[in-house]
Amino acid sequence: MIRWISALVGLAFVFVVSLGLFSSIVGVITDPAPPTAEHFVHEEHPLLDAGLPSSGLLGKFDLRQVQRGFQVYKEVCAACHSLRHVAFRDLKEIGYDEGQVKAIAAAWVVEQPSVNPETGEPATRKNTPADHFPLVYANDVAARAANNNAVPPDLSLMTKARHDGPDYIYSLVGHGYVPQPKELLAKFPDAATPKGLHYNQYFANLNIAMPPPLTSAGQVEYLDGTKPTVDQMAKDVAAFLTWTAEPNLDARHGAGLAVLGFLLIFCFLAWGAYQNVWRDLKH
Amino acid sequence: MANVDTAVPPGEDPAPFHEAVSDPRRRDFINIAAVAWAGVGGAVIVLPLVNQMSPSADVLAQSTTELDLSKIAPGQAIKTTFRKQPLFVRNLTQKEMDEADLVDVGTLRDPQTLEQRTKAGHKNWLITLGVCTHLGCIPLGAAEGENRGQYGGYFCPCHGSQYDTAARIRKGPAPKNLEVPPYNFTSDTTVTVG
Amino acid sequence: MSFPWAKHYEPKYALTKWVDERLPLPRFVYSAVGGGYPVPRNLNYFWNFGVLAGAALACQIVTGIVLAMHFAANGAIAFDSVEHIMRDVNAGWFLRYAHANGASMFFIVVYTHIARGLYYGSYKAPREMVWLLGVVIFLLMMATAFMGYVLPWGQMSFWGAQVITGFFSAIPIVGETIRVWLLGGFAPDDAALNRFFSLHYLLPFVIAAVIVLHIWALHIPGSSNPTGVEVKGEQDTVPFHPYYTAKDGLGVAVFFLVFAALIFFAPNYLGHPDNYIPANPLSTPAHIVPEWYFLPFYAILKSFTVDFILPAKLWGVLAMFGSILLMFFLPWLDSSPVRSAKYRPTYRIFFWILILDVFALGYVGGAEPIARNVIIGQIAAAYYFAHFLIIVPMVSRMERPRPLPNSITEAVLAKHGAHPVPAE
Repeated sequence: MIRWISALVGLAFVFVVSLGLFSSIVGVITDPAPPTAEHFVHEEHPLLDAGLPSSGLLGKFDLRQVQRGFQVYKEVCAACHSLRHVAFRDLKEIGYDEGQVKAIAAAWVVEQPSVNPETGEPATRKNTPADHFPLVYANDVAARAANNNAVPPDLSLMTKARHDGPDYIYSLVGHGYVPQPKELLAKFPDAATPKGLHYNQYFANLNIAMPPPLTSAGQVEYLDGTKPTVDQMAKDVAAFLTWTAEPNLDARHGAGLAVLGFLLIFCFLAWGAYQNVWRDLKH
Repeated sequence: MANVDTAVPPGEDPAPFHEAVSDPRRRDFINIAAVAWAGVGGAVIVLPLVNQMSPSADVLAQSTTELDLSKIAPGQAIKTTFRKQPLFVRNLTQKEMDEADLVDVGTLRDPQTLEQRTKAGHKNWLITLGVCTHLGCIPLGAAEGENRGQYGGYFCPCHGSQYDTAARIRKGPAPKNLEVPPYNFTSDTTVTVG
Repeated sequence: MSFPWAKHYEPKYALTKWVDERLPLPRFVYSAVGGGYPVPRNLNYFWNFGVLAGAALACQIVTGIVLAMHFAANGAIAFDSVEHIMRDVNAGWFLRYAHANGASMFFIVVYTHIARGLYYGSYKAPREMVWLLGVVIFLLMMATAFMGYVLPWGQMSFWGAQVITGFFSAIPIVGETIRVWLLGGFAPDDAALNRFFSLHYLLPFVIAAVIVLHIWALHIPGSSNPTGVEVKGEQDTVPFHPYYTAKDGLGVAVFFLVFAALIFFAPNYLGHPDNYIPANPLSTPAHIVPEWYFLPFYAILKSFTVDFILPAKLWGVLAMFGSILLMFFLPWLDSSPVRSAKYRPTYRIFFWILILDVFALGYVGGAEPIARNVIIGQIAAAYYFAHFLIIVPMVSRMERPRPLPNSITEAVLAKHGAHPVPAE
């Protein structure tokens, strides 16, 4: 009895899904989905490899590069993009000492919201190392109003919030802003970049609200003598944002090697014990 | 290499294991080593599980407080916070300092002079935690009009501890003077606590 | 317990004797997972996965309890509190990655455990109750995992909650009311987040309780084995301890090796980048997908695209729930007296097709809904239902099984006789 009922239920499901299958196949034949401009461009231009030392299974930050990236962030990105999950004190981890961190915090252009101790009115105060990086805009409405109706996203987690994040950042800001190819427009007339947006071949829908942030070599003056080409700056800021998203990467990889070593020995011992216990028994 | 005939009858404990505890055979060493290694691993993994309860980095980072003393007149006190605990900052009057100095330190439960409890050159600034050393209530006396107890310092309403003008315990159950946190004068009117 | 030759606990010391007379807990443990539980001598490595599932649950409970000490179940700060754990809490990143990847390990282990049951016919009499309780555990796991994934309050958390609770709105008439009741609002928000947190904390302990029943039910007939032939006598079994504690120890060691490799070297490999974007009720991610372990079921949901008597949406939801619920009937759908697929040549072929089918569904579940993927998904979904509801009952009637060995010991000795290898 149960088998008859189940067979009927099974046939019902199979029949209904087959109806769907039939309509899918008919759809493919009669009304194939047109390819989209995004697909076309992304296939032509896969992400470039930033080649960061922090990528790979055993990657490790190059702290000088991360510091350079911080400089790029500070002088270019910070005008619009916040870094709200990172605190000034965290900068100690990329090689700044206590005093430098204090100075960086105190000199940060955007101040921390606070309260006037006399009147209780909203006010601002200088940043301290214990503070997180302040928000650039008080809220999304203010951000939209200042940026042509687009909200500049927070960058703290950006490299973890995109597939192949570091490469994405590097490609997007370093090599993404190119003139829209004529062939693309010929193929997809609707893909013309709307006014106020910028064509970027690595952006999801090809049209990004952010104007090109890195425009010329020497935009940032590196203290360590590295030549600040656009490519270099893009790489460095990708390195910095990798750190902001995953500050414990070095510690994680280091601890991971120790743990794997320990567990490999454990596997070996457990194998030995297993063989030993079963040695006199066929199984 | 056992063959079928000499194999230990399954279902019975093979003899070696029974004696493993008292007389480890050489080959059973590996069993003990494996269990011991697992024990070490278990002990190590407890560390992060315990340590996660310690103060986190953001809590530790907020462990200094900057104070501006310029607005506190002699005889006045303010209540602020240090590490999320109340902090009493009192500008002692000459009379209060004299009262504190007159006490015979030897008779105190927690012998300390006012000098020892303040910074040289800033004897009038008495900076203490506002946490009764008995069981952690906030003593009265920092705010205007509060009961300052019979020694003119602080009075804890929970269990009746009385502190004098140098915030030393004089009467009641508290074992210690109000704690003086580590602090420095960064100028004549600003102090960094912590 | 179940076999007359099972050994009984004999306390050696005065103290253990004293305890045993007042609370025979050591006796209970001894008979459950100690020397007093006779187990077939021929279990292969697939029989490790029950213990591994227990290990995974234990890891999840321990890491979950400590994470709950830092997590804040409030839409405004939930995301930030998770980042606080990752950055500022001592060893917080380790605990959080261990919990996130622990869920994946739990599902890897449990799927293998289920596949083992399907291949070796572990669901058949007299072990139906073990199987039924197993399906209950699986359902509870899915609910727990779903609610746990909502807690970080990222984009996938939020939209996952939206989509999954949306299933209930497919129910005619009362659906929308149920959905609003589940969420405590018209969209996922603080109310939903808080109740999910509460239930996410509760359900693992319910799972642990059902696992106790699962093991209890297992101990009545005793463990099955790769031949599917029941234990005939003492020579067929060995005591659980030390034989299978040693073997499970090896399994646990390898389990933790894989687990650690994930935590320390690829902690986000199985996750989705979008969940590092804070929940935004005004913007749906371009491509919503659940965690990998739900993908096959998600593919089934997506495969029903045509209205037929009932709306397509309802068919999809029915099919998705049905794909799991049909497991409850499996012991009665498969009437073959032979358990192990080793001796069932036809069933074995269909079993492997099912495994491929589930992988195909998993692929489709995570892939973009372009026409090719939709077609693959629909074929795979059709096979899934046909397999359990039509093919398995038919095969179990028509198939001619291979001859079974007379006993476990005979099978073991034949294996060693046929290939003269030294005994281990």
